[in-house]
Amino acid sequence: MIHQFQLNGYNIVMDTCSGAVHVVDEVAYDAIGMFEKCSEDEIVGALLQKYHDRADVTREDLLALLSDIQALKDQGKLFSEDDYEEMAGALKERSGNIVKALCLHVAHTCNLNCSYCFASQGKYHGERALMSFEVGKQALDFLIANSGSRRNLEVDFFGGEPLMNFDVVKRLVAYAREREKECRKHFRFTLTTNGMLIDDDVIDFVNRECDNVVLSLDGRKEIHDRLRVDYLGRGSYDVIVPKFKRLVEKRGGTRYYMRGTFTHANPDFTRDLFHMADLGFTELSMEPVVAAMDDPAALTKEDIEIVKGEYEKLAAEMLRRRREGRPITFYHYMLDLKAGPCIYKRLSGCGSGTEYMAVTPWGDLYPCHQFVGEEKWRMGDVWQGVTNTALREEFRACNVYAREECRDCWARLYCSGGCAANAMHATGSIRGVYKSGCELFKKRIECAVMMQAAIAEETDAEGNTP
Amino acid sequence: DRIKTLETRDLCESAKKGCGECQTGVANQKCEN
Repeated sequence: MIHQFQLNGYNIVMDTCSGAVHVVDEVAYDAIGMFEKCSEDEIVGALLQKYHDRADVTREDLLALLSDIQALKDQGKLFSEDDYEEMAGALKERSGNIVKALCLHVAHTCNLNCSYCFASQGKYHGERALMSFEVGKQALDFLIANSGSRRNLEVDFFGGEPLMNFDVVKRLVAYAREREKECRKHFRFTLTTNGMLIDDDVIDFVNRECDNVVLSLDGRKEIHDRLRVDYLGRGSYDVIVPKFKRLVEKRGGTRYYMRGTFTHANPDFTRDLFHMADLGFTELSMEPVVAAMDDPAALTKEDIEIVKGEYEKLAAEMLRRRREGRPITFYHYMLDLKAGPCIYKRLSGCGSGTEYMAVTPWGDLYPCHQFVGEEKWRMGDVWQGVTNTALREEFRACNVYAREECRDCWARLYCSGGCAANAMHATGSIRGVYKSGCELFKKRIECAVMMQAAIAEETDAEGNTP
Repeated sequence: DRIKTLETRDLCESAKKGCGECQTGVANQKCEN
């Protein structure tokens, strides 16, 4: 299966199952499009007619081109077959019941009152609560005990607002560091914050202990302050931006993400991304809100088309900034074609409900942070482990081939079947398909691949390797 | 030369060598092994 698209002056052909990417001229683009449907004579005749005014398009040239296309097919780099279905569950089967990552909900409370919050202002549709050190310690013990041969273990401090329980965060990190050597494990900590409680103590701690930090900022002040307000309705932009700047500066400008959400109010989200870049932030992410269609913040069909155009605009602008020596990074455009994930990872997805789970302040286990608060998704707790094994098996069986709609989608080995939580919220089933999410995802992958083509071309022209 | 093939990881080849050590989107990940 192949996918062809034209973007920013590039003609690109992606081979779905081998991962190969070809940048071609318009003649080859047409020839590849006809290759599996037409005879050699039909292709040559059609292209000679279409390019009759081109001296470089001759019968001999076209026959050589078709020979090149056949050679790529023989090498498994064009029209390759999907032979992966039998191994779709292999990574999860091989991993058994190994757990390697936990999202610790250290605070089910928040000092902001953002109306679009998927976590219901941090409470996850339940009571306000802070995780005790004892529950957090048990969660870390559960993770270590169930991590098998995995060396790298990941712990997210999440909420609500995790800095509302900063003392417990510090104690849990100290405990994990104590246990690292004896267990031969390496903990990677990350923290997501709205920034309100950042001070020098927090900055020193986060920059010493956290592999990455996610800083919530929606962009322009008027956009950010429209929804990200405190309980008195006051915007948070003026409070947090100086704090974020200080944290990032002291961090050396790396290993962080500005993470914004765009809604119906700003489908032209690149204006917000570039605003963040103007503030001096270079590691950027803006995500479409996931909301019920009757929510005023939800993206409309018209918005989706605007957003797709914005993704294209962003890719072109990022290439321009790169050429000017002032690059910015966009989360979804980080695509490493040479050293990306193996086929097992691509088939099995994010690992929610199997190797990755969320822990509530009370120690309950859920498939991921986006399922917390809905009792039917409770998997067990950190003392007894996973007791709802049927639910774990449901997530284990969730892979690219579990969704009929994904079987003939060119992007399936990039999205791995998509986000189970988004699918559940959109369709009621973790095996559903969140269609507008798919549409945006595919556009992002096209943009990211186009950028790789442009960068390869530029580095070739400079005589360097990318 | 009408076709330029970018250097990519061969997914079919990657089936031979699933260690699970990569970080918990999938498309944007790097293999750490």
